[in-house]
Amino acid sequence: MTDSKYFTTTKKGEIFELKAELNSDKKEKKKEAVKKVIASMTVGKDVSALFPDVVNCMQTDNLELKKLVYLYLMNYAKSQPDMAIMAVNTFVKDCEDPNPLIRALAVRTMGCIRVDKITEYLCEPLRKCLKDEDPYVRKTAAVCVAKLHDINAQLVEDQGFLDTLKDLISDSNPMVVANAVAALSEIAESHPSSNLLDLNPQSINKLLTALNECTEWGQIFILDCLANYMPKDDREAQSICERVTPRLSHANSAVVLSAVKVLMKFMEMLSKDLDYYGTLLKKLAPPLVTLLSAEPELQYVALRNINLIVQKRPEILKHEMKVFFVKYNDPIYVKLEKLDIMIRLASQANIAQVLAELKEYATEVDVDFVRKAVRAIGRCAIKVEQSAERCVSTLLDLIQTKVNYVVQEAIVVIKDIFRKYPNKYESVIATLCENLDSLDEPEARAAMIWIVGEYAERIDNADELLESFLEGFHDESTQVQLQLLTAIVKLFLKKPTETQELVQQVLSLATQDSDNPDLRDRGYIYWRLLSTDPVAAKEVVLAEKPLISEETDLIEPTLLDELICYIGTLASVYHKPPSAFVEGGRGVVHKSLPPRTASSESTESPETAPAGAPSGDQPDVIPAQGDLLGDLLNLDLGPPVSGPPLAASSIQMGAVDLLGGGLDSLMGDEPEGIGDTNFGVPPAAAAAPARLGAPISSGLSDLFDLTSGVGTLSGSYVAPKAVWLPAMKAKGLEISGTFTRQVGSISMDLQLTNKALQVMTDFAIQFNRNSFGLAPAAPLQVHAPLSPNQTVEISLPLNTVGSVMKMEPLNNLQVAVKNNIDVFYFSTLYPLHVLFVEDGKMDRQMFLATWKDIPNENEAQFQIRDCPLNTEAASGKLQSSNIFTIAKRNVEGQDMLYQSLKLTNGIWVLAELRIQPGNPSFMDLELSLKCRAPEVSQHVYQAYETILKN
Amino acid sequence: MLSSLYASFSLRRNAVDAFRVNVIHARQQVRSPVTNIARTSFFHVKRSNIWLAAVTKQNVNAAMVFEFLYKMCDVMAAYFGKISEENIKNNFVLIYELLDEILDFGYPQNSETGALKTFITQQGIKSQTKEEQSQITSQVTGQIGWRREGIKYRRNELFLDVLESVNLLMSPQGQVLSAHVSGRVVMKSYLSGMPECKFGMNDKIVIEKQGKGTADETGKSGKQSIAIDDCTFHQCVRLSKFDSERSISFIPPDGEFELMRYRTTKDIILPFRVIPLVREVGRTKLEVKVVIKSNFKPSLLAQKIEVRIPTPLNTSGVQVICMKGKAKYKASENAIVWKIKRMAGMKESQISAEIELLPTNDKKKWARPPISMNFEVPFAPSGLKVRYLKVFEPKLNYSDHDVIKWVRYIGRSGIYETRC
Repeated sequence: MTDSKYFTTTKKGEIFELKAELNSDKKEKKKEAVKKVIASMTVGKDVSALFPDVVNCMQTDNLELKKLVYLYLMNYAKSQPDMAIMAVNTFVKDCEDPNPLIRALAVRTMGCIRVDKITEYLCEPLRKCLKDEDPYVRKTAAVCVAKLHDINAQLVEDQGFLDTLKDLISDSNPMVVANAVAALSEIAESHPSSNLLDLNPQSINKLLTALNECTEWGQIFILDCLANYMPKDDREAQSICERVTPRLSHANSAVVLSAVKVLMKFMEMLSKDLDYYGTLLKKLAPPLVTLLSAEPELQYVALRNINLIVQKRPEILKHEMKVFFVKYNDPIYVKLEKLDIMIRLASQANIAQVLAELKEYATEVDVDFVRKAVRAIGRCAIKVEQSAERCVSTLLDLIQTKVNYVVQEAIVVIKDIFRKYPNKYESVIATLCENLDSLDEPEARAAMIWIVGEYAERIDNADELLESFLEGFHDESTQVQLQLLTAIVKLFLKKPTETQELVQQVLSLATQDSDNPDLRDRGYIYWRLLSTDPVAAKEVVLAEKPLISEETDLIEPTLLDELICYIGTLASVYHKPPSAFVEGGRGVVHKSLPPRTASSESTESPETAPAGAPSGDQPDVIPAQGDLLGDLLNLDLGPPVSGPPLAASSIQMGAVDLLGGGLDSLMGDEPEGIGDTNFGVPPAAAAAPARLGAPISSGLSDLFDLTSGVGTLSGSYVAPKAVWLPAMKAKGLEISGTFTRQVGSISMDLQLTNKALQVMTDFAIQFNRNSFGLAPAAPLQVHAPLSPNQTVEISLPLNTVGSVMKMEPLNNLQVAVKNNIDVFYFSTLYPLHVLFVEDGKMDRQMFLATWKDIPNENEAQFQIRDCPLNTEAASGKLQSSNIFTIAKRNVEGQDMLYQSLKLTNGIWVLAELRIQPGNPSFMDLELSLKCRAPEVSQHVYQAYETILKN
Repeated sequence: MLSSLYASFSLRRNAVDAFRVNVIHARQQVRSPVTNIARTSFFHVKRSNIWLAAVTKQNVNAAMVFEFLYKMCDVMAAYFGKISEENIKNNFVLIYELLDEILDFGYPQNSETGALKTFITQQGIKSQTKEEQSQITSQVTGQIGWRREGIKYRRNELFLDVLESVNLLMSPQGQVLSAHVSGRVVMKSYLSGMPECKFGMNDKIVIEKQGKGTADETGKSGKQSIAIDDCTFHQCVRLSKFDSERSISFIPPDGEFELMRYRTTKDIILPFRVIPLVREVGRTKLEVKVVIKSNFKPSLLAQKIEVRIPTPLNTSGVQVICMKGKAKYKASENAIVWKIKRMAGMKESQISAEIELLPTNDKKKWARPPISMNFEVPFAPSGLKVRYLKVFEPKLNYSDHDVIKWVRYIGRSGIYETRC
């Protein structure tokens, strides 16, 4: 007897015939008819019209027929809810049947019928079944609670089923326990806050006992549940681990992986110098290796997990490289994963073997696999320095094969090798250049262009090569365009005479003919750099590049820790947290590893640290692959190698500065001074501009300085540091600076950079006579000799008691700086607002009188354009720079602010500021100034503008 | 094609369509056994031309899903043989019934065929007595879900097969680059009642533990014991007992099952040694000489020996002379295949071949793939020996001595390669 005939009846009037057969008196015929109905249902035909007839067959003592009818019901009840009610009675009756198989069947099926009206009727039978004498019925009922919860969570809670379910954890039958655990875990997942799975040492003990007795599937449920438990101390963690380790010998891979999950998680709590910790590490390796002899699909799951485990605890599998060698008939997904793990495990000890393997792989057929193998060779070179030479020669061999994608892949990785080991393998460039024409992938083209630009001085026809790329500039992808732009600028800086035309061409292509903002911006930056300061341009563009890190695609540590908690599950296969692929609130609870115990923290030796180390290394990691754009930006605009120490020293200097200048003046002043926040530049902000370093003097540093300016909003406005004395003019000494006013004292913030090759000492400073008598209040103190490439920041306090001479322009200041090399002169303009004194608030009556008193011809009118500020904001900003609002008036919808300020030499300036509030389209402010010395008005206006606009 | 689908309830037929379009009819070969389409994950396994797929929207245990799919295949195979379109159509009612039993709301339940066959039969269920019913349920949910009670045999008999596959990668100079044995112990039991079994082998750890008492025994048996890298067991084996005492005790399922799998890497007996000699005579000729030596007791016979010697792609003609067996050049496989039916231990045989080559402009050198070998030998290359398999059935009146036991060792070649 076969069932296939049921699939073949496709005659017309089929439904009608079936109807007749279903109502037949003969049992056999009825059964046949139901089978036909199910067959139609399976292939997707709509047989819902037969609902009443099928349900009529439900009342039978034939278990097989009953199962078929139930199957039908599960499928169609939702579309026919009213008629489904007809079945309820039979269900309820079946739940009382003497045969436990039927009782279980009824309760199992009822849970699958997702019709609200029916669920109400389900409650009573379910309650009974949960306490049934037969374990088979109980284990089925336990799952039914989860089903019901999925349909109507509130109902399950109201009916108290959750408590009953919790009781089942102590059931005598292991399968009932396992199903109860599974159901509770699923319910708990949708209620992250509830304390459903109230795990405590007692219940854990019960679960561990059941673990030895239940089916393989039950063991998985229990182990997955155990993994959510947080042991109270390391001893408890160890005792659980001891009872879980036997599971590592189970034939079912899922049991093994879930056990690994529990162990990996609880291991966090064990101290590393515990003997048991070492034992556990040793015990973990063999089962993980054994997983690789499972069926390919499971191997894939295992490999994805091993990839995580190797990142978390490299020591477990460090000696097992060979088992990850690719077999000829592995499916491609297994091959690719094995390759990934091979690279992670590559070390000096096994590199020879690995390379030999990789070379084999590079001659296989699957394109993806070959590409990955070639990349892997490059990564080995970067990871294991001793192997670099062999890797490079292997790559050259591969380039000789002239297989297009192999060549391209090889060139991409060789670029990284050049970066890791500069000035070592450049002899191969000639070979690379031979393959220029065969490159058709953007990444390979970009890599090749980078190489040509970087080593332009060694490639005789570099200009020709780059020019050939330039012809189709607009058809190239963005990464190639950016790279080409940079490469040509590099070439120009190296061989300026022959390549002027080329650089002009690329700059105009990038800035004028391109729609891509990245490209345009980079073009402008280069353009400006080249036109204003070629020396700086050279230092920026040809700066030494930071070394690239060996581990590139490591998973970010917090994500890795989370994924370790999900070993065995889909999240570990996708390497994504569940929230990334699960809809709705379910499963979005973040899991984390238990915190390390204090004892292990302190004993963590540097040798075993690598597990945690990546987090520390993170900032250095430059994505070598995939994100070439970011890579390139870093490459060109990153700070010079001296960057990090430079930043460090300047931060230190900043702190010294604050203590020396800021605190001292605070002590002298009234304590409220702190509240007034006239404190000047906070250390972070002071450090920020320094971080970028002086070399980037144009666009970029301005950007940075702007942000630091925002940081000091509450204080007197401080202009960004500008280069006052370029290094070229001062035999390598570069000075940039700005003026600040903090709590009544003016200072000149200087940044001195030594760009010469010799050490600089004996600094001194002097001012020429000037309009307001500004003079250094203390000698210039550079605490230590300034060594090459070092930068110091100094805050030089100023006073206004020096000799006075009217300058043109009024705020011009001529400065002389001396060091052991020479004396240098420069002049700068200081913003007038540093001279606005704190007691510049004029009495109201006085203001009126003075305003009238000053003749009208002394009044100057100015417009401050595009300043979208409301009255309060404007007034606040001005006040913090010592321009005080005395009165406010509203005339015809305009706010009039009356303000006063006083200069250090006692000159009063009165102002009337007109603002139109609530009119964002009209953003111009009108300023009228009256002063007895009208020549300052122009500069006061400039001060206004700077303050308001920053 | 037919896809058998089990799923949570919110998934409908459109999921089947999505799977069909994106996986089954995808142009590429399968790039991953897990496919995510529109936030729905599909796990798929292919058996001949049948796709078995599992579908979920949750973060489920992926390893469990695949294990279940394999188990599902085993169960179906146990019921109706090969998994083919025809068989599935013929048994769809049975499949529904089985699925209903072994999977509830996505949770796998008891999936041991031994237990399932007691109450899911193709004949339909005969009305059971109350005792029978409760016996079924307690067995399905009980600790020994893989065996039913009341099994009776007139003759109590058991068969143990130690099946090993030996893998080797050897350098041309005869240096072992890598070698391992992966083995399985398969048991066929025809025993009455609920027999308690204990299996013993020459596991180094056990022997050394026992040897502590008698000193001279350690020296003697120490040589014969083997170090097992790792092993996994059928779920009937009490794992905690193995972990603590390293003893393998269990109540076996009825009939055939895989008791354990193991892996060894130390002191492997390599049944054959291949000594290659390749000489290039000018640009158009290669001389190849390969000697194989059998390395086991002269009384034993290896069978189904096959040596595969790869030839360059530009081979135009081959002349072969061999002392024993038959050798043939197979142009389609780019190899000389040398077959020997039988070979005793401690013997040696030789093949020599002259390979004529077409002149080519190809710069690329011939990669010289390794020479591979296939064979079957009547011993375990790992050195594993079954020491005992004791059977106790306290309730029935047969003792360990009454059980007829058979042990057989078969060693086969896995990937057995020598570079040349």
